Amino acid sequence: MSASPILATRNLGLDIGGATIVADVGLEVREGELLAVIGPNGAGKTTLFNLVSGLHRPTSGTVELDGVDVTDQPPFRRARAGLGRTFQVSSVFPLLSVHENVRLSAEAANGGTLRIWRRATAVREAMERATWAIGRVGLADRGPWPAGLLSHGDKRKLELAMLLAGRPRVLLLDEPMAGVSMEDVPELVELIRSVHADEGKTILMVEHHMEVVTGLAERIAVMHHGRLLAVDTPDAIMGNETVRQAYLGEEL
Amino acid sequence: MSTFLLLTITGLGLGAMYFLIASGLSLIYGLMGVLNFAHGVFITVTAYTLWFVESKIGDVPVLPRFLIAALAGLVVGTVFAALTELVLIRPLYGRHIEQVLVTVGLALAVTALVTAIWGSDARVVTAPAWVGQTTTIFGAHIPNDRWLEIATAVIVLFALEAFLRRTRYGLIVRAGVENRAMVTALGIDVRKAFTLVFAIGGLAAGIAAVLYTLYSTTVDPQQGTSLVIFAFIVVVIGGLGSIRGTAWAAVMVGLVQQYANYYASSGLGDLSVVLLLGIVLIARPRGLSGSFA
Repeated sequence: MSASPILATRNLGLDIGGATIVADVGLEVREGELLAVIGPNGAGKTTLFNLVSGLHRPTSGTVELDGVDVTDQPPFRRARAGLGRTFQVSSVFPLLSVHENVRLSAEAANGGTLRIWRRATAVREAMERATWAIGRVGLADRGPWPAGLLSHGDKRKLELAMLLAGRPRVLLLDEPMAGVSMEDVPELVELIRSVHADEGKTILMVEHHMEVVTGLAERIAVMHHGRLLAVDTPDAIMGNETVRQAYLGEEL
Repeated sequence: MSTFLLLTITGLGLGAMYFLIASGLSLIYGLMGVLNFAHGVFITVTAYTLWFVESKIGDVPVLPRFLIAALAGLVVGTVFAALTELVLIRPLYGRHIEQVLVTVGLALAVTALVTAIWGSDARVVTAPAWVGQTTTIFGAHIPNDRWLEIATAVIVLFALEAFLRRTRYGLIVRAGVENRAMVTALGIDVRKAFTLVFAIGGLAAGIAAVLYTLYSTTVDPQQGTSLVIFAFIVVVIGGLGSIRGTAWAAVMVGLVQQYANYYASSGLGDLSVVLLLGIVLIARPRGLSGSFA
């Protein structure tokens, strides 16, 4: 584990029209860890995510990726620097095939989209990378399918494959279980766990459901009313009185 | 029968030109959400470049002279289209009202400029002789330019399909038509694709301008605008962002226009196209193809 965090926010805040959505969030994600952000609806989890990935610009504070201030960089630059994310709303391209979806992501990671002409090896490499990623998430036999025909659970797997094909250093997963049927949840949890363990990927995920997070995350950050309430191990979070009052008391 | 055949081939030729113009409009709207009212300018720029070059190079036989002039027109039209995106559209990215205003403004300005410099009268272009002759099929004397129009449009259709299906940029364009924000989030700079799509649209419209110049043997400041009106109707009927839908709609509009002008009354062709638009929109509000095909 490196001394400096791979991803960090400092005093991060967002005000929209006088309303404070996120305030003073200082969060450090260590290389190789799986950190989950939880909190009740409206706590600012997804907004924090959008600030980190660059979809929103903060009104105060900074976002640092591997020690570099990326606050002013647009999403695609952050993505190219190794910050890959999924969205709460399933964000695959429904009319493209499963393989094309992943290929697009692999192409993006190559950064080669800037040039019209590319060496054939680079194109083939993206194809192979896509095939590998589809196999990694268990969708190998679905390659030619239009992505729109996949089940919710399989769409989530496809999103994960798209992320992996992009070789991100940090995976941002926005509510990966949203819209997934209960029986598909354990399989998806296991997939995220194995990607984290086997590929050694750093993962920052937002999740609404406590039970998904406790068995998966190494550390948990709790958000409440746009602020960071606590960051600690799952056991410590469960025993934290402030957290229980603010979050668990409301939810459970 | 021979009249019907002539009308049909002519309608298909007209549809071919509508398709060439509409395919660019459709891709630009599908990918960028820009209603490009300046699309007729690409026709005007190509046609006037063609006429200008053709009138300046003497001492060259008609065919090579026309080909050189047409090539010059296509290059200038394509570059002009790419510059339109880079200079006027890009700074207004995501601001649709301003984009409409700037494209309408460009259309008005270029038309006025061309009229001010070369006048509002049509200028004559000498087309190769073969184009003006006819080929007789089943007793119908079909002007040769119709074949050229249809064949060119079919080639462009296949080329566009191949570009969209087989190339990396085509993949990015198709993905962008579905969900532009998501493509950006993946780490792809779609702005390159925007410029490329504008250039392709400008080239296709330019090809239509060359064909229309062969057909009419003249260029005038208004022809771009009048062709684009029907191209817009074709785009709406075909479904925004769909190349195949655009092709079908172009054929329908071309044929309906020709048949109505002949069998009903001259001038009813335009009206019947609007009626067709109304019927399609009532039956299928999102156009023939709905979304990208």
